[in-house]
Amino acid sequence: MADNQFSKKSGEISTIIYSLGCFPAQADLHDFIAEVRTEITIGYIHLERFLPVMTKVLLEQKFPPIPEDHLLQAFEVLDKEKKGYLEPEELSKYMTQEGEPFTQEEMDEMLTALTDRDSNLIYYKDLISQLTIDPDM
Amino acid sequence: MRAAVLIQRWYRQYVARLEMRRRCTWNIFQSIEYAGEQDQIKLYSFFGFLMDHFTPASRNLISHIFRENEICRDSEWERYFCYKGIEVPDNYTGPHLTFPITFCGVSKLVEAFKQKQQLHARYVLQILGETWRLLRILPNINYVSVCHTKDITICGDLHGQLEDLLLIFYKNGLPSSEKPYVFNGDFVDRGKNSLEILLILFGFLLVYPNDVHLNRGNHEDHIVNLRYGFTKEILGKYRVHGKKILKLLQKIFSWLPVATVINEKVLVVHGGISDSTDLNIIAKVDRHRYVSVLRPPKMVRQALNDNKTVDCRNGDAGGPEEGRRRVRSLTDHSSATAQRSNLPRRSLHNLPISNQSSCSVEDELKKRRRLAGFDQSYREMKTSDSDSDPEFGETTEKDGNEWKQIVDLLWSDPMPQNGCILNEVRGGGRYWGPDVTEEVLGRHNLQLLIRSHECKQDGYEFCHNHRVLTIFSASNYYEVGSNRGAYIRMGPDLVPHFIQYQASRTCRELTLRQSVGWTERSALRALREQLFVHKSDLISAFQECDPNHTGLISLRNWASATESVLKLGLPWRVLRSQLVSRTQQGMVDYQQWIRELSITEPKLEVSDTSILETMYKNHSNLETIFRIIDTDHSGLISFEEFRQTWKLLSSHLEMEISDKAIADLAQSIDFNKDGSIDINEFMEAFRLVDLSAHTWQPETGAVASPV
Repeated sequence: MADNQFSKKSGEISTIIYSLGCFPAQADLHDFIAEVRTEITIGYIHLERFLPVMTKVLLEQKFPPIPEDHLLQAFEVLDKEKKGYLEPEELSKYMTQEGEPFTQEEMDEMLTALTDRDSNLIYYKDLISQLTIDPDM
Repeated sequence: MRAAVLIQRWYRQYVARLEMRRRCTWNIFQSIEYAGEQDQIKLYSFFGFLMDHFTPASRNLISHIFRENEICRDSEWERYFCYKGIEVPDNYTGPHLTFPITFCGVSKLVEAFKQKQQLHARYVLQILGETWRLLRILPNINYVSVCHTKDITICGDLHGQLEDLLLIFYKNGLPSSEKPYVFNGDFVDRGKNSLEILLILFGFLLVYPNDVHLNRGNHEDHIVNLRYGFTKEILGKYRVHGKKILKLLQKIFSWLPVATVINEKVLVVHGGISDSTDLNIIAKVDRHRYVSVLRPPKMVRQALNDNKTVDCRNGDAGGPEEGRRRVRSLTDHSSATAQRSNLPRRSLHNLPISNQSSCSVEDELKKRRRLAGFDQSYREMKTSDSDSDPEFGETTEKDGNEWKQIVDLLWSDPMPQNGCILNEVRGGGRYWGPDVTEEVLGRHNLQLLIRSHECKQDGYEFCHNHRVLTIFSASNYYEVGSNRGAYIRMGPDLVPHFIQYQASRTCRELTLRQSVGWTERSALRALREQLFVHKSDLISAFQECDPNHTGLISLRNWASATESVLKLGLPWRVLRSQLVSRTQQGMVDYQQWIRELSITEPKLEVSDTSILETMYKNHSNLETIFRIIDTDHSGLISFEEFRQTWKLLSSHLEMEISDKAIADLAQSIDFNKDGSIDINEFMEAFRLVDLSAHTWQPETGAVASPV
């Protein structure tokens, strides 16, 4: 994808970084973009500036992936009653109010993707294993 | 809370990976699509080359596609297309139309098509006749005013997808004087209801000529239709009158206006613009002379010039100063400077002959004639000029310039960089940059350019600082779930509002993951087909990277070799994990990989396997040539015609195909055992089927494991 373009929009940078296997926080992303952006091209980022910074990030393993068990623990923290599942409202509350909050759009998409259609609940244990492996269908 | 952050970060990463895959998939579909268009143009210009260099006698096989509209006078047309002799039988259960057509009549037609009924040929010819009469008096550019009480609706490509048109009407209402519409071209090809869409649009046009506006698209062109399914659709639905219907449609397409301007501020054209676009010139053009936009404008009864220079070396380099060319290329070289990318794209501009500068022109001609089975001597060819078709009069400089204006309007695409370069990917028109947009809009005192021509994920997309808007109305274009369609509502403030939709029920319920997955599988299947048909070339390319015959090559070599063969401009390294199942320490066992591209072999025994591969590779070209040769549109061709087809194809590809191989092939596919070959059956036998298909169930998102 990167081969054919010499400039990318700033908003797409996060997509690229994520898909290279990194898990930066929002603040990290802002820093990264600040480092690569130039004053001249607003809204666009040049490949020449992006490549060295990105390579450094990859080599230093600056934003390592989240191990599955950490993720499971994170869900269990949210699931205070240890039910084994979360209700959509519960998850929404955390995702939109805590940490690095989701936008409404992100939240809607997450609920559509993760909620079990019949029971309207989020069985996080099953989901983690399904969704952490590269979805190679 | 740390827990929340962790989950959020994980989820965002997951979505981004999906997005990346979606874009890859998109790229795959789009490059294969555009490569197909490029192929068609190349095939067509190859025929043009043949026409230029062979005697009329030997051209007869294909000349009729160039002899467009032999009947020149309008009164003759009227007689030819008279529907009155056609009886509608009593057992006809489809819709009946009365003329002059009314709103009720057209709504009933819409209902009937919804019920999958077919309109009788008599009524089809009647509507088409009326449409032609109306279109002739319309100007090249529709000037439309939007006032306080009514918005205007603008729709993009529909490509024969009736469900989308019906969905638009359902959401937005039928066209009327209170509800004006602009339809921005590409009504036909690919989908199965191209004719129904045309009939509906024409019907509304006839009832509300001041409120329904149609722009011509690059697919409103009989040469393009030969390849992309519209011709096939008509002939399949109307076995007796199909040919007449096609001829009348040819005329109608040439009479479609090429642009619409709203409130003198918004320009709506199908493809786009170029740095030379000038609406004043376009307004004065005789647009009906461009029966196919891929050809120079036809001459009407022009006196012949008797010394035509047959300059074979520059098969297509006709700049304006070479006015005596008989067949001009689609894009000329005058402004070809920068390359959009460094990838070596094949294009219209490099007719094969221009690569062979070492051979003499005469040798080249002889070789091509021999390959095509036309054994004429050079001298015969030269003295044949006086027999030439009056259609091939000289193309003047003025004509060449006008032609370029029209082609650019219908075929161009925007690009992010400044400048204006040849559109080598499609094979016609330009790529134009934001600076050109500013200049052209400024020059004409316009504020917005609305165009279609390119499929967009969300049905619409802005570019060039919001000065160019692409609108695309065929949802699920590449595959179910691939994209939404959209249309524009615009009031007198000229601010576009978008309504998006997706035609199929199933796909609306799919999650992002499922629809990405489904589309991706489809794209990869298409890509594997392409890889499969280029097997031999791929293996040669890999072997070049493997001088020691280890059987292994590096991933990097794999990627660059594959691109050099397929020339699709795809990110092979990103796709690698989806295409290559195993690597040994970063090396690819290429022979095994090729074997694993498990695509079925045909059911027939054919001795010469290389001819098979040619057939797969040139599936669409073959079909197009067949349809051209099948002059009576019967769907059947004789052995001799079959042989001629192969000769033509081998000449186009500059390959030798032995007569014996062709004869063998013909024998083995005479399904009817009656000495003739059914085109559809033949093409079916060589349609590729992917053996490695996993079954995908979109409702549950589960994947049945492969056997």
